[in-house]
Amino acid sequence: MPEPFGVLAEFETPEALVVAAREARAQGYRDLDAFTPFPVPELNPVLRLRDSRVLWLGLFGGLFGFALALAMQMFTNFDYPVNVGGRPLYPLSAFGIVAFELTVLFAALAPAIGMLALNGLPRLHHPVFGARAFARASKDRFFLCVLASDVQFEPRETTRFLRSLDPASVELVAAP
Amino acid sequence: MSNADATRPILPPHQSYADVTDQLASIPLHFPARRTWLIALFLASLLLGLLFVSAVVLFAEGVGVWGLNIPVNWAFAIHNYVWWLGIGHAGTLISALLLLLGREWRNSLNRFAETMTLFAVVCAGIYPILHLGRPWFVYWMFPYPATMKVWPQFRSPLEWDIWAVLTYLTVSVVFWYIGLVPDLAAARDRARRRGWQVFFGVLSLGWRGSALHWMRWNQAYRLLAALAVPLVVSVHSEVSLLFASGTIPGWHSTIFPPYFVLGAAFSGFAVVSMIAIALRALFNLGNLVTDDHLDILGRILLATGLMTAYGYVFEVFDALYSGNAHELQTLKDRLLGEYWWSYTGAVVFNFVVLQPLWWSAVRRNAYLLFAISTSVAIGMWLERYMILVTSLYRDFLVSSWGSYTATFWDWSTYIGTIGLFFVPFLLIIRVLPVISIFEIKEVLHDENEEEAKEPRHA
Repeated sequence: MPEPFGVLAEFETPEALVVAAREARAQGYRDLDAFTPFPVPELNPVLRLRDSRVLWLGLFGGLFGFALALAMQMFTNFDYPVNVGGRPLYPLSAFGIVAFELTVLFAALAPAIGMLALNGLPRLHHPVFGARAFARASKDRFFLCVLASDVQFEPRETTRFLRSLDPASVELVAAP
Repeated sequence: MSNADATRPILPPHQSYADVTDQLASIPLHFPARRTWLIALFLASLLLGLLFVSAVVLFAEGVGVWGLNIPVNWAFAIHNYVWWLGIGHAGTLISALLLLLGREWRNSLNRFAETMTLFAVVCAGIYPILHLGRPWFVYWMFPYPATMKVWPQFRSPLEWDIWAVLTYLTVSVVFWYIGLVPDLAAARDRARRRGWQVFFGVLSLGWRGSALHWMRWNQAYRLLAALAVPLVVSVHSEVSLLFASGTIPGWHSTIFPPYFVLGAAFSGFAVVSMIAIALRALFNLGNLVTDDHLDILGRILLATGLMTAYGYVFEVFDALYSGNAHELQTLKDRLLGEYWWSYTGAVVFNFVVLQPLWWSAVRRNAYLLFAISTSVAIGMWLERYMILVTSLYRDFLVSSWGSYTATFWDWSTYIGTIGLFFVPFLLIIRVLPVISIFEIKEVLHDENEEEAKEPRHA
């Protein structure tokens, strides 16, 4: 028998999935994942999902863009000073727009790329794609997965537990 | 919005997640409107061909083939640039602003509205490059260590422009794509043919809908939305500064940034309405883009139109209140001068024709809404023409007065950009889900929850 990746239970509604996830936590399972066709924010407290690094990336990206834009505009005017009707060489009002644009540019790119990187995407394959029912995770089914890395994980025992939660199906997922 | 609207579901009830997924994912996989689509693509390709011919003539002969000359040295090039860019803004506003405000009806419209934004910005973006006359020097706009030891002039609005537009294009593409990834995964899982599986498989980046991924995705998506809204305002304000930073009468006014931003949103919502109506008919999406959606689009159109009309009133007030002889002269030229038709046309197409939208029956009638939206697109085009040409053709010195007529190549380039808009737009609606699948399912989920809480008696 191949190494298991985890046990996957299929539910028909997001509410049933949230209830099942709560049960699994109460049972002592810690390494859980859920797969849903659309975001189900109610899962975040149940699964103890907490990660604000994407938002911090946005902040740092924005600060970086702002600093870069000001430095770039100051430097070009310093290196190649042109007197335009006696106007100041380093007017912050004139630099404001490019500074704002680059702030937004980097504040948008950093969390977008960071989100994918933190999620480990792009990725060509993942064990859950091997599950028979999993194609419906992007359609109309809601999955709870107890990962094999959980200390309490025991294929037969975990399967029996998940079956007790009244799922549409339960499936052992093999690791690649 | 009244209370009745807040509790009434925007989507017809009793649609399952599965039905919606199959319906929307099957549009690219089993394309329903082949013949109409091919005819549209053929016509759009002809227009795109016209653009290529016009560009070749322009580059071979120089910008002299266009009608612009002193004193009207900014004409179709900037005029259509502003027009296209303005159209693009509505896509971002629908998608980002309404996401943050929690207006779920936007979930039926955001995908194609954002797609519209991308190609409208592309159409806008090529105009300054064409206008350069020597487009191969476009890289001079960027600060690179040149052997000539010069740098671009960051104190000029013309330099602000390229940063604003490129940032806008980049952020729009990223926002659009991040929002698309979960739907690409849904299409991948529905695809049966190998080619589609690989196509959607690669584009969906291996998305599997993990709860942790969704949480981070939500953070990134909302953050991007929160950035996109002020970005739109900044980009079109910056465009208005191309005008307002100069001292030309009729341009040098503090009303310009909001006047331009609102006009942009106005024209963009008109084009969103047109596309919504066309796609709904083409793909039988009446269950997802409902008459309620048209009703809301009609209201927004009316509201932004009235704000634009306020801009017209304020422009006149500004000139009168200033008492400046040149401002007054420009006002007179606008109303009664050689180009009076552009001013009258803007007021008629943008304000007068808009008034039936006060009636809900008009807003909910796809044909009437389409006709009014077309009128707005034309009206906004005339408005931009009016702002540009009537200010320039008679400026301070009588000796420098002149006039302007668009040439054949002006028109052919402009009409060609319509092909540049539609060819990629048609290709995208052929291969990608035109309506956000998972966001529609979110709406259905929330509506089911409401229903469970307090059942409606229909």
